Amino acid sequence: MNSAKSTVPFKGTPEQEAQLIAVIDEKKDDQGSLMPILQKAQEIYGYLPIEVQKIISDRTGIPLEKIYGVVTFYAQFSLYPKGEYTISVCLGTACYVKGSGDIYDKLQEKLGIAGGECTPDGKFSLEACRCIGACGLAPVLTVNEDVYGRLTVDDVDKIIAKYA
Amino acid sequence: MENITVKVNGCEISVPKGTTVLEAAHIAGIEIPTLCYMKEINEIGACRICVTEVNEGRGFRLVAACVYPCSNNMEILTSSPKVIESRKKTLELILSTHDRKCLSCVRSGNCELQKLCKDYGVEDASKYDGTRNEYEIDDTAAHMYRDNNKCILCRRCVAVCSKTQGIGVIGANERGFKTFIGSAFDMGLGETSCVSCGQCIAVCPVGAISEKDYTKDVLAAIADPEKTVLVQTAPAVRAGLAECFGNPIGTNAEGKMVAALRRLGFDKVFDTDFSADLTIMEEANEFVERVSNGGTLPMITSCSPGWVKFCEHYYPDLLDHLSSCKSPQQMFGATAKTYYAEKMGIDPKNIVMVSIMPCTAKKFEIGRPDQSAAGVPDVDYALTTRELGRMIERAGILFNSLPEEKFDDPLGISTGAGVIFGATGGVMEAALRTAVHTLTGQTVTDLPEVRGTQGIKEATYDVGDLKVKVAVASGLSNAREILDKIRNGECDAQFIEIMACPGGCVNGGGQPQVPMGIRNFVDIREKRAKVLYDLDASMPLRQSHENPAIKEVYETYFGKPGSHKAHEVLHTSYVKRSVN
Repeated sequence: MNSAKSTVPFKGTPEQEAQLIAVIDEKKDDQGSLMPILQKAQEIYGYLPIEVQKIISDRTGIPLEKIYGVVTFYAQFSLYPKGEYTISVCLGTACYVKGSGDIYDKLQEKLGIAGGECTPDGKFSLEACRCIGACGLAPVLTVNEDVYGRLTVDDVDKIIAKYA
Repeated sequence: MENITVKVNGCEISVPKGTTVLEAAHIAGIEIPTLCYMKEINEIGACRICVTEVNEGRGFRLVAACVYPCSNNMEILTSSPKVIESRKKTLELILSTHDRKCLSCVRSGNCELQKLCKDYGVEDASKYDGTRNEYEIDDTAAHMYRDNNKCILCRRCVAVCSKTQGIGVIGANERGFKTFIGSAFDMGLGETSCVSCGQCIAVCPVGAISEKDYTKDVLAAIADPEKTVLVQTAPAVRAGLAECFGNPIGTNAEGKMVAALRRLGFDKVFDTDFSADLTIMEEANEFVERVSNGGTLPMITSCSPGWVKFCEHYYPDLLDHLSSCKSPQQMFGATAKTYYAEKMGIDPKNIVMVSIMPCTAKKFEIGRPDQSAAGVPDVDYALTTRELGRMIERAGILFNSLPEEKFDDPLGISTGAGVIFGATGGVMEAALRTAVHTLTGQTVTDLPEVRGTQGIKEATYDVGDLKVKVAVASGLSNAREILDKIRNGECDAQFIEIMACPGGCVNGGGQPQVPMGIRNFVDIREKRAKVLYDLDASMPLRQSHENPAIKEVYETYFGKPGSHKAHEVLHTSYVKRSVN
């Protein structure tokens, strides 16, 4: 079985945990409290790894699987932290017909992670996005605030090397 | 209750307000097919196989019969062309992502999906074929595997796990087309706090969840001339096995089961009822000792390995309340490989102990630590009632025409107290029969207060000068209620019986699967339990301490209940586990 546990070591602080526990204790007796607790937890930690979901499960009595089911249902929740650099590949129509799908695949292969995940060293996270309004430069990707356009699959190595 | 009138396929009937379309049709003598619906447990209207046409004055339209309430003067059409076409399309769509290896599927012949496809004339199983998700089979648990390639996402397993059992280690992950049933962080079931009760297997309509099958290993052992292969059968197996051969629910299969086991080639056919009697001797003694020596009370029974594992994961702080007695399955194996091996002059290493159990947690239990009295595992293979059914069928044994045969001596001798172990309250009743006799010399038999299928039962008995308050729970969410009370110091019972499965072992996770269309309207727990209570009533000896084989085993081997030897062979220990 492949586990969905994040390979990036968990670096939660006691302050973050205290903050989370305060949120849980404030909300746990309300009906439908899981969503707001998860939203706050993601605000505190940036993502929702097993360590965070376990704190929520232990404190609310909601089974861990139920929490995980909700987290994987909604696109707003992430199981993986954001890397130092977020590579975002546009899979909007114009970029896609110009071959951004291949670039996205190549990045997954090169970084050894699937879309939505983060490399174990915490350096890169990869995600797909929709149109960023630069169709004239298609296919386009961004690394944090930097924009790269008119790309081919062969450009991927160079871009990664620049930040590695 | 106010009644309303509805017309089902033109026949006018009167039903209580609040009745669903499905129930109204049932009253009118029509079964509407269901896949996701489980009465009071999974009423989610998700699978759409129960769609039925109703007219409430604004023309006919399709609704989900399982959750749609009847209104006055409603017209219902349960099998109009539109209904049939819709159900057939739903089946074709389910099949489009279903692994259709029916020929090699364990559920072939009693698969609810297969039957519906036949009933609705699905001719082209690949009509809507397209992208399909592929899943690894999860075989990480000791007792079962899950194959999501066969899963139809009805969520019955999810509902029994979280609602009936209060556990919730499986659920729906991801969304839309990618949705699958799994555990948190895609852990294998073996890594979670699954208690192995197998209730998910009992309700799965298809072959997506099944026990791990050890029938081949057992047949290999039987074929090995070096080995003496002993078999023991749990009380509840005789109340379920006949269903595998087309007999009605509630058929007593004891005599034919014994005959079939002999024809399968087991060297001795013994009865777990014997070790149920032995359990009572030890457990009643432990209870009397705890009461007189200020031991931890309430004492809770330890026969149900699903319950024991549940306690270890979810209530590790209460483990001292558990009786240290091994379960009857393990006591049997331990006695067979010590006392019986010695008596017969057989090396315990050459004994293969097979048990037939209504239970999947027994497969986990045989691998537990501190369960090997003779230095080898007490029990080698724990098969479910279903596995035995398959072995009998495969061997070409004509079950229904077999003669009624008797268990072998001496480990096949038992009393009525042993046989009622298979129903919720049975262990309590059997223990009280012996405890009352020990303390007062009186004989009691029927104790109706602890019988019946209610989730929680409580009673107080005068035993000599002692007032004994007892409680009985079956189904782990019911057990939680009692356990929370113990935790909070609000429980005044001294003796508690807990069984993991609702109704006790007769409704265990290893019993023959009954289609939900029947389960929703028939209480299988009650019908199967009646087999055991009828057997009890018909037996000449009904108290464990009267069992001559038990008397002999104490006289010649253990000494007395609770002796040092008995502790070595018949008692065990528990471990704290975490929740995942």
